[in-house]
Amino acid sequence: MTTAAAGLTADLHVAGRLRARLRARPGETMAVIGPNGAGKTTLLRALAGLVDVEGSIEVDGDSWTAPPRLIRERSLGFVFQDQSLFPHLSALTNVAFGLRTRGLSRREAEARAHDWLARLGVADLAARRPRELSGGQAQRVAIARALAPEPALLLLDEPFSGLDVGVATALRLELGRHLAAYDGIALLVTHHAIDALTLADTVLVLDEGRVAQAGTAHDVAARPATDHVARLVGLNVIREQETVRSFSPSAVTVSLGEPEGSARHRWHGRVLSAVPHGDAVRLLVDAGPELLADVTPSAIAELGLAPGSEVWLSVKETAVLTYATGSG
Amino acid sequence: MSTPQAPSTLGRPPWLLVAPGVVAAVLLVVPLVTLVLDTPWASFGSQLGRPEVREALAITAWASFVTVLACLLLGTPLAWLLARVEFPGRSLLRAAVAVPLVLPPVVAGVALVTALGRNGLIGRVLDDSFGLTIPFTTTGVVIAHTFVSMPFYVLSVEGALRASGERYDVVAATLGADRWTTFRRITLPLAMPGVLAGAVLAWARSLGEFGATITFAGNFPGTTQTMPSLIYQALQTDPEVARTLSMILLVVSIGILAALRNRWLTTP
Amino acid sequence: MSRRHVTAVAATLAMLLPTAACGTQDERATITVLAAASLTGSFTELADAFEAAHPGVRVRLAFNSSATLAQQAVDGAPADVLATADSATMRSAEAALADEPRLFASNTMVLVTPADNPADLTSFEGLDSAAVSYVTCVPTAPCGAAADALLTGSGIAAPPVSREIDVKAVLARVTEGEADAGIVYATDARAAGTAVTTLEIPGAATRLTTYPIATLEQSTHPDLAREFVELVTSATGQRTLRSAGFGPP
Repeated sequence: MTTAAAGLTADLHVAGRLRARLRARPGETMAVIGPNGAGKTTLLRALAGLVDVEGSIEVDGDSWTAPPRLIRERSLGFVFQDQSLFPHLSALTNVAFGLRTRGLSRREAEARAHDWLARLGVADLAARRPRELSGGQAQRVAIARALAPEPALLLLDEPFSGLDVGVATALRLELGRHLAAYDGIALLVTHHAIDALTLADTVLVLDEGRVAQAGTAHDVAARPATDHVARLVGLNVIREQETVRSFSPSAVTVSLGEPEGSARHRWHGRVLSAVPHGDAVRLLVDAGPELLADVTPSAIAELGLAPGSEVWLSVKETAVLTYATGSG
Repeated sequence: MSTPQAPSTLGRPPWLLVAPGVVAAVLLVVPLVTLVLDTPWASFGSQLGRPEVREALAITAWASFVTVLACLLLGTPLAWLLARVEFPGRSLLRAAVAVPLVLPPVVAGVALVTALGRNGLIGRVLDDSFGLTIPFTTTGVVIAHTFVSMPFYVLSVEGALRASGERYDVVAATLGADRWTTFRRITLPLAMPGVLAGAVLAWARSLGEFGATITFAGNFPGTTQTMPSLIYQALQTDPEVARTLSMILLVVSIGILAALRNRWLTTP
Repeated sequence: MSRRHVTAVAATLAMLLPTAACGTQDERATITVLAAASLTGSFTELADAFEAAHPGVRVRLAFNSSATLAQQAVDGAPADVLATADSATMRSAEAALADEPRLFASNTMVLVTPADNPADLTSFEGLDSAAVSYVTCVPTAPCGAAADALLTGSGIAAPPVSREIDVKAVLARVTEGEADAGIVYATDARAAGTAVTTLEIPGAATRLTTYPIATLEQSTHPDLAREFVELVTSATGQRTLRSAGFGPP
């Protein structure tokens, strides 16, 4: 009973928006991914107590739902999508806020807050107001503010949205380090596959308010059960009821005429778009299902491929991974 | 931070806006200018020296000061309740709070008499049980001023609270703050422009308050005679004196408004 | 609507405004009488009588504190007749008078209390107590000046709790029970009927206030104005005033 109690166990039902069960161990970082409207932010808000939820939430053996616990009594840290730093307080006072509410003296709280700002690399910004901070700097302060009270549950809502690519990349690396050192449970809502793959231990895939897939990052990426994840990780995925066939775009052969040979899997359709993808060019083809195919730039030139061209796609059986949707 | 100017390449302001704007400006400014020009400045000093004038100024100053205090201490919680707490009858209460705004001051005075006059609903109880009468006392003046001024304050603060929304309240809660701490450290500081604007409005209204005061609290030098009452009385016999007294009130008001100015009235 | 249309409409409306104001005035003649507050009842009756006797003429009455009315007359308010509650106030309006003022009535001051007399006052001297709250007019008004003189004359040191702008306001305080007593005119006490209990003031009979009436220079109907004054000083007028409680001039 006691070992099962450690970590996060939740069974959440938000009317009309979400119905999900999840389990995370202490120290685990779980990425929550899914298309827009899937209920990712609702999930975080339900755990925080910001929306009405039926069900149960248990954190390290403490029930947060029976009896329903006030937000301020939950041991959590929330990093909001727009940071939501208190505009009238300095960065330092923002970070110290959660410590002062827990009874620390001003000096003690500010000292610890200063430590956290230093850990996030923004100690020299301590006296600045939020409006004087850049996006990346503000996000660092927001993370420090959420972590400073050492919560049992850390919730991050799309922490890299709105940041420049370079800034986001740097922040991603640092956050990875902090999350590794953090011994609570972190839930990270993200749109970027790379977050899920690099920062998270486990991935929870939501679709239309339900859990579509859950597992380690590696498993989910290798055997995506939803189109969304497939797109995220750049795989082609074809579902037939409970069976999923996935294959990489690089395994796809593109030809103008119907392919000879034994390739069992073949489709034809019109090219919708062609974008550079690393050294290759990735085509999106409307061939019944929408499929991705990588071709070399010289092939584009040779075949005269452009949006609108009619092409045939084929892939060898050996390149196709087949699995049941429940797995992973 | 000054408001940014529109570039001149937008063209000249349209006369359809300029003309009525000028008319409005003239309407508002000319009477003040003529009052200044018409004041017998020579007797300004001696008027200030008269005991009734000093007393009336003191009562006016005291009453408006306590009015602002009452607004801050009582009006702020009311505004917070109206903005943040859902309770049955809330919109009704909000409408009732706004009523003194549109009530003719004399009617406000009559209303106060029906409540707190010697034969009023509450006044009768006060008189019979404690021997306390409120009309004809300086307290009565303060109550009359507060009654007509507080709605300005409450509505201003409530507006500011609703504009900033509950967003930061929620953030503070996730950081462990109880509702009082949230109010003290987050909500109130963020609403400060609204608080100050409301306080200035309430103070200004109180300064000029006449109808309710004279109807409810009466008019006696040293106790209940405010500057407006003194001016109205002076009008009967000596309009020149009335003008001087009006000037005194104007100078004091403008002085304080100028001191408060942009510093306090713009958003942080 | 094009810009030119809007301008044309606006200009037309602006030109019509003054004519609209003219339109509300009757084709009939109207005279305005400024009268002291204490004359409310009787002058309303006299105005009706005047209108009945002069078909097509309207009498507008403005009741207020005498001092205020005198000021207004001097400031050029559009009125035809002025009737004040004492000669001092009428003198202050000298510059606006078209003829010599004529005395038409007199009044004495009395002490009134609410009908139930909450302070149990039996005499004027009873005012001289901290437990009694009484009101008078402002000293700048005739009723206030007279009241002050009477209070001094009886050696009463306790001040009133409030000084009201005119005698009707004093009466209102008493009838509402907000004050224990008030010093008003005998005519006001009469008008209030059973709402008040009346007490005599020692020395009031010797301190009559006499009411003068005069026509004003700015009158646009000097003949009608003079006729109104005639009515007030005539036997009919005197009867009306007498029945309201006024004494002879």
